[in-house]
Amino acid sequence: MSPTQWDFPVELCCRPMAFVTLTGLDVVYNAVHRAVWDAFCANRRADRVPISFKVLPGDHEYPKCRTKRTSYEWYIPKGILKTGWMNKHLNLVPALVVVFYELDWDEPQWKEKQSECATRVEIVRQSLQGRNTKVAVVLIQKKTPLPPGEDVIASERAAALCNACDLSGKSLFVLPHTDHLVGYIIRLENAFYEHAQTYYYTEIRRVKSHKEFLNKTTHQLLFVRHQFKIAFFSELKQDTQNALKNYRTAYNLVHELRAHETNMLEIKTMAGFINYKICRLCFQHNTPLDAIAQFRKHIDLCKKKIGSAELAFEHAAWMSKQFQAFGDLFDEAIKLGLTAIQTQNPGFYYQQAAYYAQERKQLANVLCNHDSSVSYPNPDPLETQTGMLDFYGQRSWRQGILSFDLSDPEKEKVGILALQLKEKNVPHSELIITLLSNAVAQFKKYKCPRMKSHLMVQMGEEYYYAKDYTKALKLLDYVMCEYRSEGWWNLLTSILTTALKCSYLMAHLKDYITYSLELLGRASTLKEDQKSRIEKNLIKVLMNESPDPEPDCDVSAVKASQKLWTDRVSLAGSNIFTIEVQDFVPFVQCKAKFLAPSFHVDVPVEFDIYLKADCPHPIRFSKLCVGFNNQEYNQYCVVEEAYQKSDILEYSSQGPVCLVPGKTRKFTFKFVAKSEDVGKKIEITSVDLILGTETGRCVILNWRGGGGDAASSQEALQAARSFKRQPKLPDNEVHWDSLTIQANTMIISRVPNISVQLQHEPPALTNEMYCLIVTVQSHEKTVAKDVKLTAGLKPGQDANLTQKTHVTLNGTEICDDSYPALLPDIPVGDLQPGEKLEKAVYIRCGTVGTRMFLVYVSYLISATVEDKEIICKCHRDETVTIETVFPFDVAVKFVSSKFEHLDRVFADIPFLLMTDILSASPWALTVITSQLQLSASMVPVDQLESYVENVVLQTGESASECFCLRCPSVTNVQGGVATGRYVISWKRSSAVESVPVVCTVITLPHVIVESIPLHVNADLPSFGRVRESLPVRYHLQNKTSLVQDVEISVEPSDAFMFSGLKQIRLRILPGTQQEMLYNFYPLMAGYQQLPSLNIILLRIPNFTNQLLRRFIPTHIFVKALSCRCLRDALVPKQ
Amino acid sequence: MAVCIAVIAKENYPLYIRSIPTENELKFHYTVHTSLDVVDEKISAMGKALVDQRELYLGLLYPTEDYKVYGYVTNSKVKFVMVVDSSNTALRDNEIRSMFRKLHNSYTDVMCNPFYNPGDCIHSRAFDNMVTSMMMQVC
Repeated sequence: MSPTQWDFPVELCCRPMAFVTLTGLDVVYNAVHRAVWDAFCANRRADRVPISFKVLPGDHEYPKCRTKRTSYEWYIPKGILKTGWMNKHLNLVPALVVVFYELDWDEPQWKEKQSECATRVEIVRQSLQGRNTKVAVVLIQKKTPLPPGEDVIASERAAALCNACDLSGKSLFVLPHTDHLVGYIIRLENAFYEHAQTYYYTEIRRVKSHKEFLNKTTHQLLFVRHQFKIAFFSELKQDTQNALKNYRTAYNLVHELRAHETNMLEIKTMAGFINYKICRLCFQHNTPLDAIAQFRKHIDLCKKKIGSAELAFEHAAWMSKQFQAFGDLFDEAIKLGLTAIQTQNPGFYYQQAAYYAQERKQLANVLCNHDSSVSYPNPDPLETQTGMLDFYGQRSWRQGILSFDLSDPEKEKVGILALQLKEKNVPHSELIITLLSNAVAQFKKYKCPRMKSHLMVQMGEEYYYAKDYTKALKLLDYVMCEYRSEGWWNLLTSILTTALKCSYLMAHLKDYITYSLELLGRASTLKEDQKSRIEKNLIKVLMNESPDPEPDCDVSAVKASQKLWTDRVSLAGSNIFTIEVQDFVPFVQCKAKFLAPSFHVDVPVEFDIYLKADCPHPIRFSKLCVGFNNQEYNQYCVVEEAYQKSDILEYSSQGPVCLVPGKTRKFTFKFVAKSEDVGKKIEITSVDLILGTETGRCVILNWRGGGGDAASSQEALQAARSFKRQPKLPDNEVHWDSLTIQANTMIISRVPNISVQLQHEPPALTNEMYCLIVTVQSHEKTVAKDVKLTAGLKPGQDANLTQKTHVTLNGTEICDDSYPALLPDIPVGDLQPGEKLEKAVYIRCGTVGTRMFLVYVSYLISATVEDKEIICKCHRDETVTIETVFPFDVAVKFVSSKFEHLDRVFADIPFLLMTDILSASPWALTVITSQLQLSASMVPVDQLESYVENVVLQTGESASECFCLRCPSVTNVQGGVATGRYVISWKRSSAVESVPVVCTVITLPHVIVESIPLHVNADLPSFGRVRESLPVRYHLQNKTSLVQDVEISVEPSDAFMFSGLKQIRLRILPGTQQEMLYNFYPLMAGYQQLPSLNIILLRIPNFTNQLLRRFIPTHIFVKALSCRCLRDALVPKQ
Repeated sequence: MAVCIAVIAKENYPLYIRSIPTENELKFHYTVHTSLDVVDEKISAMGKALVDQRELYLGLLYPTEDYKVYGYVTNSKVKFVMVVDSSNTALRDNEIRSMFRKLHNSYTDVMCNPFYNPGDCIHSRAFDNMVTSMMMQVC
């Protein structure tokens, strides 16, 4: 967009930088000069001093300086600020002119060169006559200079050169053309910068010095001008703090000016400029709140300063620009790191700018409403000699006239007319839309979705006014759903109305129908007459006619669109529209409801479709069809009526698909589910309602799933919350709100009519063939065909159970691991009505634990549904939980021949193995037999025969056996010697003959075998008698291969007298045995301790008596005296 | 003094909205609707502050050139929005606060009505009168 008169001048918006011109550089042909110039201006980083450089020829003519005024007494200013002033000081009048000159200190023709340089400096000085601009000389040298003070010639010649050029030493610089060019340049420009600052300082002083000559009556404008200039020079000097201060003063001074309609624009323009500078500096100083406060103050001061009423649009344009410029400044500050917040961001300023732009448009529409016969005045009053104004904000036809009285009212009128005619051509909508889209971008950033939507609506409306209907619709369509989802129906209706107009004007059929559908719906807040009009139009469109124009449309646009509509009517084809109504609120509501959440396959599936129209007039449809996930059912669920075109508006509720407003219509459908669909879900995937006919135009309203729309879920929630009692309705009618959508149902198999009973005796015992008797009885009226039985472990349990459970139908032998855990589909044949069937299933459980068993009986039966013969598959299943337990616990222990517990046995010495079978079964068990299978390292001492053959064990009873064994040799095996296995053959006592015997094998524990050097066994009667001799024989056996020295002693006991060797030492040869005979004479009756035999092996000191005690009896029972003896004893001795 | 008073449901749809002058109703609807952006933000900023310590009055939501928009949110997240003319500088924060409190009380009365179904639009004469009095009241 080209800059308009409202845009701020570039020189105002840029950052002022010190202006320095470089002369004597030939940047085109001289490579050295080119390099110097590049070092100055190329890739200037932010840390370099702010200078704007320009290369100019040495004889460049600078703007002439006007002769200085000595007195302001007779001077009357013509305006506030000249339009060229800022540019002059930014780009034309330098703060410093630098003369570059190639000269080395050892130049042979020094004199000539020196005078040439002086001439050049003089030329520059000439053209700067009257200005305070500084001049500096830079000598470009080929040699690297020596450190200062060492080169005597250099310092001499430098002084001479300064003298010749009339320069101070500070203004002469040397630039050696060496490797470190950029470094030298940076040092140079820092020096330049200092000079420039001094220049601007003197300029400020100069402007300030004028002040004292001014008086308040005639020089009011000069106060502002000078203040502005001081501020601007301060900015050039990079003294932003003082610049801000001076701008603030200038701002206050502007508002002190006497304002009148004639100079209002000038005052506002300058106020706007100064305000812009202040805000800009505030943002630069990182005081955004100051900027905002200043801007608010500015707006408040200027809001009411409208100026000429005929040019009121100018004020709106100016206001719009103020806001836009502030928005830009704000945005720029944010880009540089400022953080904005939701409630204070540039978006608000853009929005306000757009608002004023809208106002400008409205004012322009009113004020510039000239007849087309009015022509643009000639000569153009807006034309000036130079093509631009002398002062900012003045009228071109009366520049520099300060009088408030209009000297030439005719000229004024022409001028205003010219402005008004010019305003007429301004693309207002374009401006508004740009501002709005700026605002949208900001609000998007600051989390204001609703504000964004609102602005987009405004953009859409603006596009509508600008007759760009496509863009308007795109925007409106985009935001519509936001308002719809939040339920702001008023706003939605207003947007829809605009959208309907757009689609009408474009003759966009589908959109037109869609918007009409929603505007007729319950979410629309339109008045009844409006709805009625829209409905009539909709019906016209359906009958392939042109609708009536929408109200408040531009007349010419309506004409154009009417032509489009007639074209559409004549155009054949593409007259079927499918509209997905789920996402908005159409005027027909739909709810689909299956009567039950599941249906058996032998009963018909039933569902209702409820429809309700919200439009003002009754409406007829041509067809209603329902789609399912299994499309085969679609054909059964169609309601259709062929009707004449003319019927469409006739009020008659007789037609099957005619909807009366506000009344709920119910359509009931029924179909028979396919038997393949048993166990599957039937789902309504779509409901299509067809409006119009295929001969005219046809609109398919399509609901996905079982109906509902954008508003229905909230309505359903409200209805659910409501305590309101619904008024009673006639039987065939229902309350719309009380209906809930049920869009799917399950098809489940027919209810079986057989009974399955299980007979068994739990718990099961490990490894037995557990018998489960399944009894199936048919209660069906007809033959149940193809009856199949599945029995076994219920799938889905622990995988280990599957491997340890085996099922078979053959109960006569024990099944092995190859049998499966589940017997599937055992064919049983057909079952006549009432027939009973028994089947025994045997289960072998290898481990204890709980198992779930499944018995599943399936069969086929034919049934008649709705005169249709279908084969139904029925099944009944039973599960049973069976516990498996050990039939018995077997305890095994090793004992010595004295029945003392042994934790180890001694080689070649007999010991006893005792087994103990404790029945744990709740049922009586019969132990058929038992068998001890010894390992090779064990030998039986006597015959191994079972003592528990055919023993019946009740619960808790136990059967024990005892075997005498011997371990002939010591085999040093870690963990002992294997004993063998104990096999118990058993069955339930209740089991019949054919039931196989279960063999339970118990592995006997290992036993540690140790050798013993000396074995002693005692040979003594089982009891003694008081005062009767008791002969005891001890056999001492040397088990070692060495001769053993044995020391034997017998300790006396109180209960006995004895005869025999009391203490003896003897030798026993290897492998031989020694016999010791003792005669004990019991003295007391009872269980008496025998005199203990102590044996010490001299060769084996750690051989203790303790070990021997195992083998030697320590006690004996002594019976009392026999009767005879007693009598003898009692007879007194005479 | 208020030019527009609105009650917004928890789900952000309007329960009650009334404005004077009525001819520019739509603009006020938009103003109230857009102010919900700020309300949402303020509510989420309050976050998990203890319920009993929570300040219901949200203060000035945002200033426009012509109007000031104030907000208030009940514990059940029903929002009250009040639009006041910017030129009406006499109206202090405290007065706005007390107006909201009055509005809240009146809304509570509406909720106590056994025939009122929470979530429905408010059609109550008493509430209407109260709103009218707040709009007419001259400071």
